[in-house]
Amino acid sequence: MAELTYRDAVARGLAQEMERDERVVLIGEDVAKAGGVFKTTAGLLERFGPTRVRDTPISEEAITGMIMGAAMNGLRPVGELMFSDFLATCWDIVTNQIAKTRYMTNGQVELPLVIRTANGGGARFGGQHSQSLENWAMAVPGLKVVAPSSPADVVGLLAAAIRDPDPVVFFEHKMLFPIKGEVPDGELVDELGTARVLREGNDVTLVALARMVPMALEAAEALAAAGISVEVIDLRSLVPLDTRTLLGSVTKTSRLFTVEENPRLIGWGAEISSIVAEELFWDLDGPIVRITTPHIPLPAADELEDLAIPSVQRIVETVRRSAG
Amino acid sequence: MEIDTPTRLSLYREMVRARYFEQRAYDLFIEGLLKGTTHLGLGQEAVAAGFAAAMREGDMTYCTYRGHNHTLLRGAPMDALMGELLGRANGICGGKGGSMHLTDVTKGAMGSYAIVGAHLPIAAGAAWAAQVRGTDQASVCFFGDGTTNIGAFHEALNIAAVWSLPVVFVCENNLYMEYTPIGDVIAVEHPAADRAPAYGLEGIIVDGNDVDAVYETALRALARARRGEGPSLIEAKTYRHGGHSRADPAKYRPSAEVEEWMKRDPIVLYRDRLLALAVEVGDLDQIEAEALAEVDHATELTKATPPPDVAGLMTEVWADGGSAWRN
Ligand SMILES: Cc1ncc(C[n+]2csc(CCOP(=O)(O)OP(=O)(O)O)c2C)c(N)n1
Ligand SMILES: [Mg+2]
Repeated sequence: MAELTYRDAVARGLAQEMERDERVVLIGEDVAKAGGVFKTTAGLLERFGPTRVRDTPISEEAITGMIMGAAMNGLRPVGELMFSDFLATCWDIVTNQIAKTRYMTNGQVELPLVIRTANGGGARFGGQHSQSLENWAMAVPGLKVVAPSSPADVVGLLAAAIRDPDPVVFFEHKMLFPIKGEVPDGELVDELGTARVLREGNDVTLVALARMVPMALEAAEALAAAGISVEVIDLRSLVPLDTRTLLGSVTKTSRLFTVEENPRLIGWGAEISSIVAEELFWDLDGPIVRITTPHIPLPAADELEDLAIPSVQRIVETVRRSAG
Repeated sequence: MEIDTPTRLSLYREMVRARYFEQRAYDLFIEGLLKGTTHLGLGQEAVAAGFAAAMREGDMTYCTYRGHNHTLLRGAPMDALMGELLGRANGICGGKGGSMHLTDVTKGAMGSYAIVGAHLPIAAGAAWAAQVRGTDQASVCFFGDGTTNIGAFHEALNIAAVWSLPVVFVCENNLYMEYTPIGDVIAVEHPAADRAPAYGLEGIIVDGNDVDAVYETALRALARARRGEGPSLIEAKTYRHGGHSRADPAKYRPSAEVEEWMKRDPIVLYRDRLLALAVEVGDLDQIEAEALAEVDHATELTKATPPPDVAGLMTEVWADGGSAWRN
C-alpha cells in the first residue's frame, strides 16, 4: 500500500498500462515535456519516450480525431483534453464520429480509446473552465463515461478504461487532484459499470459522483450524529450504469437523494431518479430529492461558486429537512 | 512515366463500374427504392479510380458522403453496397449506415463521413498509428473544396505536416459546395493548393478528370508518404455531372460551364485516349458490358433481398455486440 495523490494516480494508471501494452500511447496539449498542466502525466515522456507520449498543437478536433483514427489502425490511444469545457470544440468528433461509428458500420470498426479530461468546479476558474459535463457524455449512445472519486479508483478505472474495447470518456475532477488515498501495490485493474457502497446505512440512500463523493461521506457523518443513517453510493461510472447496486440500496432504505455537480436540467440524477421511480415506486417512503448545481453557468467568486455547487451543509440540510 | 496497357484498361474498367453503379443508384432513387439521400460522384470517377489503383492492400481510404466511388473502387462488393443503399439485409453495414456511410474495413475503405471535415483528423490518426507501429501503410483522405474552410481541415493539415504523417489529403474541387460556388467564399483562387504553403507543403494541382494524371500524382504522393517524408495536399480539379444530392437539378450552374465540363467527361476522355493508343474498341465495349452486367446483377440480387433483421437495431453499439447501458 502506498499513499498517492489523485493527480499521481493518473500517471500511475497510465504508466501501468503503457508498461504492459505498447499499443497504449498518450497525446494532448502540454502532456509530454511539461507533464500536463495539472501535472497528471509527469514523468511519462522520460519513461516511455517521444513516440508514445506526444505534445499536440492546440487542436482539440485533431486530438480526438487522431485518437479515433489511431484506434482504427491498431493502437489503444489516450487523448487528453486539458479542460472538459473544451469538449465543446470537438463535440462533433466525440459524438458524431467516435460514439457512432461502431454502430453505423455494424461493428466493422472498433474504437478502444480513452479521452481523459479535467472536469468540474470549485477552482474559481469561472464559467468556461469549471463545468461538470459528465451528463453531456452520458446522453450520447456509444460513449462509456467514468468519473472516479479516489486515487485507487483513478488507477483501477483508468486501467479498465484503457483495456476496454469501447470509447471511454474519463472525467478527472480537478479539485480532487491534491487529495491523497491508499493505493494497493502491484497491478490494479477495476471494472467499469460497478458502483461502490462506501458507507452503509438504513434510512436514506445518497448517490454521488466524483467530488460529490467525499462531500456525501462527510454529510453522512454529520447526519449520523443527527440520528439519520445514510448509505453512500459512489456511482463511479455513468455508462455502464450499475443500477443493481443502486436499486438494492434504495430497496433497503426506501429514500433516494442524488448529489450532482452538473447543472440541474437533465443532470445524471434525473436518469437515476427516473429509474428508481419506475422500478421502485412502491418501495419509496418519500419523494426522490436531487441536490444539484442550479441551472446557471458557474460564477468565479468564492462566495458565489460555493453557493452554486452542492456543499456538505446543503446536503445535510436537504436530507434533514426531507428525511428527518 | 509510361502506364502499361493492363493498368490503363483496369483504370477504365473501374471508372465505368463506378459510373454505372451510380447511374443505377440515381435511377433507384427516382424509383423510390433508395430512400433518404444520395450524393453521387458522377463525373468525378477519375479521382477515385486513379487513387484506388495507386493504393495497396493495407492502405486506408477515408471519404465523404460522396463516397460510393471510393468505397466500391477499393474493392467493396457491389451487391453489398447496393444492399446498403436500398436498406436490405445484404447491406455492407446491415442497413445502419446508408448511402452516406458506406464502409468496408476489410478492403481498407475506412468509412464515409458526413460531417464536413471530421474525417481529416481521423485519417491523420490512422496514418499516425502506421507511423508509430512502423508499418508502411498510408492513408488517403478525400474531401470537397468546401471542406477547406472548416477548422478540422486546418487542424489536420497542420498536425500531419508537423508530425510528418503518411497521409495524402485529396481535395476534389468540383467548384461548388452544396449550391454555392467555392469562389464566393474563399480569398484565394485554389481552395486547397493555395493553402498548402501554410503547412509547409507544396501546392499540388492535378486535372482530376485525367485518370492517368491522377494515378501518377497518387503514386508520387503515396511514395513520399511511405518514405516518411510526410503528407501531401492535392487539389484535383473536377466537376459533378449532376446536382449536389438526391434529384437536385443544379440550376444554379451556368449552362456554358456545364457544357464545357461535360465535354471533359473523364470516361469519354479516357476512352478516346485508349483508342488513340490502339486499344481495340471491342475490348472497351466488353468492359462496359461486363460492368453493366455486374450492376444489373447487384440490383436484381438486392431487390430480391429482404430488409435487415430487426434484431440488428439493438446490436453493435458496444464491442460485446450489444447495446446495454445498465445491469
Ligand atoms: C459541418 C457541416 N456543415 C454543413 C454540412 C452540410 N453539407 C453537406 S455537404 C456540403 C457541401 C460540401 O461541399 P464540398 O466540401 O465542396 O464537397 P462536395 O459536396 O462538393 O463533394 C454541406 C454544406 C455538413 N454535412 N457538415
Ligand atoms: Mg465541392
